[in-house]
Amino acid sequence: MVNAQTRLASLLRGSAAAAFAALAAALPAQVAPGSVFPPIAAAGLTGGALRETAGKVVLVDFWASWCGPCKASFPAYARLSAAYAERGLVIAAVSVDESPSAYAAFVARLKPPFATLHDSKQALVRVVQVPTMPTSYLVDRTGRVRFIHPGFHGEQTERELRGEIEALLSEKAPLP
Amino acid sequence: MKPLRARFLAIAFLGGAAALLGGCSTPAAVRVRPWERAALADEAMNPDRDPLASAMIEHVYFSREAASGGKGVGGSGCGCN
Repeated sequence: MVNAQTRLASLLRGSAAAAFAALAAALPAQVAPGSVFPPIAAAGLTGGALRETAGKVVLVDFWASWCGPCKASFPAYARLSAAYAERGLVIAAVSVDESPSAYAAFVARLKPPFATLHDSKQALVRVVQVPTMPTSYLVDRTGRVRFIHPGFHGEQTERELRGEIEALLSEKAPLP
Repeated sequence: MKPLRARFLAIAFLGGAAALLGGCSTPAAVRVRPWERAALADEAMNPDRDPLASAMIEHVYFSREAASGGKGVGGSGCGCN
């Protein structure tokens, strides 16, 4: 991130356009459909174990214990996991809770049947730049983001996810 | 005022203004990111977390101020409560 001194120096040099360009370049790009999802394994997440994601369809959900719709989404993700895990769907629910105890209490209460990881330093979510809480990213077998669901809207979101997961699972896996 | 001193003051003023405006333009200073809203989502931040207390406060308000309807309650504020 460009610091205030750099911006000030640019402004004082009389180049406001250069300062603005430096600011824009310093802002991380938001993960969008078509972009490669950042490697989850390299993000230093703690918590549960994540299954192998290479060549799989991955649903990455960013949640928090203080977020009501996040709590409502977990039963739906449990149903999706039960329906599609054997066919190659991996669900990774990433908590952005700063409090480890809040994360642990939420997981202990809901006992989700899918991987719940903890981004305690909020490193991954900063890179992804989620637009709202919760947000889920559906990643295809090649590791590219194909669908993004900002928020969770009950049956509507679950219905859309089912259709999209079916479509992605039917695509061929990349050659090793 | 001596020209050198006036020039120094002008530079100091412009520098201070630029620093303030630079601070205002910092993206993190104008928006709490979605994943940073744990404290804002806390129940303690809900101004209407006690419906009974809210109803009483509202009753006192519109009885005293003759402002019925001024806070989401139907009515014309006729002062007849």
